[in-house]
Amino acid sequence: MSYEFLQILWFILIAVLWIGFYFLEGFDFGVGMLLPFLGKKDEERRAIINSIGSVWDGNEVWLLTAGGATFAAFPEWYATMFSGFYLALFLLLIGLIIRGVAFEYRSKDAAPKWRNTFDWMIAVGSFLAALLLGAAFANLARGVPINADKMFTGNLFTLLNPYGLLGGLTTVVIFLLHGANFLGLKLEGELRERVNGFAKKLWIGASVLYIALGVFTYLAGFWDRGIVNPGVVPIAAVVVLLAAGYFINAKMEGWAFIMVALNIVLTQVTFFSMTFPNVMLSTTNPDWSLTIYNASSSQYTLTVMSVVALIFVPIVLAYQGWTYYMFRKRISTDKKTLVY
Amino acid sequence: MDIVTLSRLQFALTTIYHWLFVPLTLGMGWFVAFMQTRYYQTNDETWRKMSKFWGKLFLINFAIGVVTGIVQEFQFGMNWSEYSRYVGDIFGAPLAVEALLAFFMESTFLGIWIFGEGRVSKKVHLASIWLAAIGSNLSALWILLANGFMQAPPKDAFLYNAANGRLELVNFFALIGNPKGWIFFWHTISDGVAMAAFLILAVSAYHIVRKQNVDFFKRSFQIGAVTGLVAGVLVFLGGHTMGQYMYEAQPMKMAALEALWDTEQPASFSLLTIGDLSGKKEVWSVRIPYAMSFLACNNFSCEVKGVNELQEQAVQEYGPGDYIPLMVVTYWTFRIMMVFGFIMIGLTAFYVWANARGDITKAKWMKWTPWILVIPYLANASGWILTEMGRQPWIVYGQLKVQDAISPNLTVVDLWISLVGYTVVYGSLAVAMVYLMKKYAIAGPDAAMHESVDVAPAVIGSQD
Ligand code: HDD
Ligand code: HEM
Ligand code: HEM
Repeated sequence: MSYEFLQILWFILIAVLWIGFYFLEGFDFGVGMLLPFLGKKDEERRAIINSIGSVWDGNEVWLLTAGGATFAAFPEWYATMFSGFYLALFLLLIGLIIRGVAFEYRSKDAAPKWRNTFDWMIAVGSFLAALLLGAAFANLARGVPINADKMFTGNLFTLLNPYGLLGGLTTVVIFLLHGANFLGLKLEGELRERVNGFAKKLWIGASVLYIALGVFTYLAGFWDRGIVNPGVVPIAAVVVLLAAGYFINAKMEGWAFIMVALNIVLTQVTFFSMTFPNVMLSTTNPDWSLTIYNASSSQYTLTVMSVVALIFVPIVLAYQGWTYYMFRKRISTDKKTLVY
Repeated sequence: MDIVTLSRLQFALTTIYHWLFVPLTLGMGWFVAFMQTRYYQTNDETWRKMSKFWGKLFLINFAIGVVTGIVQEFQFGMNWSEYSRYVGDIFGAPLAVEALLAFFMESTFLGIWIFGEGRVSKKVHLASIWLAAIGSNLSALWILLANGFMQAPPKDAFLYNAANGRLELVNFFALIGNPKGWIFFWHTISDGVAMAAFLILAVSAYHIVRKQNVDFFKRSFQIGAVTGLVAGVLVFLGGHTMGQYMYEAQPMKMAALEALWDTEQPASFSLLTIGDLSGKKEVWSVRIPYAMSFLACNNFSCEVKGVNELQEQAVQEYGPGDYIPLMVVTYWTFRIMMVFGFIMIGLTAFYVWANARGDITKAKWMKWTPWILVIPYLANASGWILTEMGRQPWIVYGQLKVQDAISPNLTVVDLWISLVGYTVVYGSLAVAMVYLMKKYAIAGPDAAMHESVDVAPAVIGSQD
């Protein structure tokens, strides 16, 4: 396989990992943020957590794998991005830490104060993570200051520009909607009604923010700086989001979930085709951008990693898919059936 | 403090913290899987209770291991960007494989184990705990292969590429066949089993003394004693083998852990030294003749090179600089680890012997036994501090120095923010985790069977 082919392949594979992560952990984050607002009683909150209890850690591994794959396939990208976004990533990590621990610990003590504290940790952690990921991706689309030595020259405030913030907020609200749709599929009875009501309102906010983000991207000219024109993909993303509204109102939960999921996937496809072949665009001087060519590993490493991925990715997909199938039943708030 | 020191401090704190939880996860998974298998085979309710009770403690510990691990994965890029650029071509691969091969497996199947009882068949439920245990031990293997590369980079695995100024992988199999990594793995997973055995011994002793669930805890204690002894011996043999690899690959570390200034043949080993380790004026020391030679090369007469000679060699090979690790640390951490290792073997051998002789539940020493839990923790932390500080000033031995590996774009303020932030969050986690561990350990097996409720006070102290 030629070197260039491998570099493109790994760009696509990393895009796939991020898409998988956004799709899966997206509803986890949404469920986490909804938790204290949606669940009034303890059993309700437990049922909400159980909707993702058996899968959230596996979903988070998509992020770890995306990070690890970036390290192995594009070490310069990994180095520049992770050191450049230092404080933002630090906050992201804090968010992931507090929510991860809270999932396991919230029910290990019965004191209402204990449980409530951990429930809020889940919500705040999920919110922080969604906001920062969204802001980070928006900044990657916008470009960041990078010097001739491939080094990031900004700071945290460089990332807090209007476009970054809008990207962060939009991600939060889309994930909230995605989480609400997911819960609509997993819960029953009164909780299901309640979450469907939430979804209606969230859909309005999500659509407004999403379209604003799209217009901003278009007007600022962020979308055609790579060599691939995303074409109709972003338009399709808007269409499925609007269609989701119809399905939510028609109480067709399965379709609503699929539409928002598609919106997330198409948004990521748009993002990655907007940047290709750049992986980090330099606003200081476009010639100093990191690309799949100047940031990648050697041909040998890429070949080895391709073989590994070819063998293990299908296996992972098979057993993760099987878990979802296994836990497909709706979750009731009946104390006797709840697993703590 | 400058960014190099702060980065090192932060990496040390976060890794040591991660490492407080990992060995228990590595070892306890096997115990729970074994107990559940016995239940599956015999339908004996005590085995079921055992897998539940020890499983609860396993999970409370596991949660912190997972969240602190995420920080580890990101830190290479965040704090060591020049390191990531220079060796990412080599080092990134085992890290990515670890996530793909091990983390997915472990997290997915543990999810099935926690939530699957009653939903999946008994067989699948049993298989899931085995797969989770295998997954976490696989993750240890890959991360230790990565670390093995930093400690003793296998020469035929990589080449320097002058065109882009970095090291590049040329032979993946040389990388994953690195004996240093495998020997780390041996020492580490047996140490995980020993750690879990000591937790089981300590908690069981606590209940035996209070005459609670005596059958349950006696059986646990017996399992802990036997496995602890076997694992302890394996830890020792692994450690001894490590010494020999170190003698070959990192002679400076070897000299530093003995604070040996001048080359000796045969070399003696000092149990204690009073005075200053600069070696210029040793006031008093207890020495075992030939022991150092034995540790280093498995015979009693070989030569062990001293720090002075090695420093001169290093200057000739790599240019001027200080190539001597901080010796107070390497000297004492090595002793702590080793002495505790022998104590662990001694204690478990004693337990096995006492159990063969008669009823251990009435033994007087039982009262003190819960305290043995601190031993493996201290030995573990010491072992890693020795390993990592003993390779100073190198981050990749002989290839890249720590000072050239940091992220140059970071400021002292960035690092203080993250250092204080991690410390506060990790500190609070520790409080919550110790509280829960104690509560569930003390509440005993009956409480662990009630999945959905808090450990009610009425349950505490009941007989089975
Ligand atoms: C309960 C924990 C424990 C115990 C009782 C021991 N060790 Fe250990 N040791 C570790 C836990 C550990 C560790 C934390 O797991 C290390 C750090 C790196 C590694 O793979 O294992 C380690 C590293 C380590 C090293 C450094 C390897 C290197 O840097 O190349 C040596 C030479 C030994 N050990 C030798 C021993 C000997 C001779 C022991 C005598 C019984 C012993 N260890 C007991
Ligand atoms: C693959 C596994 C590991 C890798 C790649 C790794 C890598 C590193 C790096 C990059 C540093 C900072 C540079 C330095 O100061 O030397 C470091 C330091 C350190 N690490 Fe590790 N580490 C690993 C495992 C561990 C573990 C499990 C521990 C156990 C607690 C540990 C303990 C330490 C300590 C104590 C330091 C500080 C040394 C110093 O201050 O110089 N490491 N390690
Ligand atoms: C400094 C290098 C290290 C990195 C980058 C790292 C990375 C990680 C990550 C990302 C996780 C969380 C996985 C999840 O979400 O399920 C984790 C957990 C784990 N790590 Fe580490 N780790 C390091 C050091 C070590 C070492 C040296 C070992 C063992 C020898 C180890 C063994 C484990 C195990 C067994 C788990 C799962 C169980 C648990 O979380 O307690 N790690 N690690």
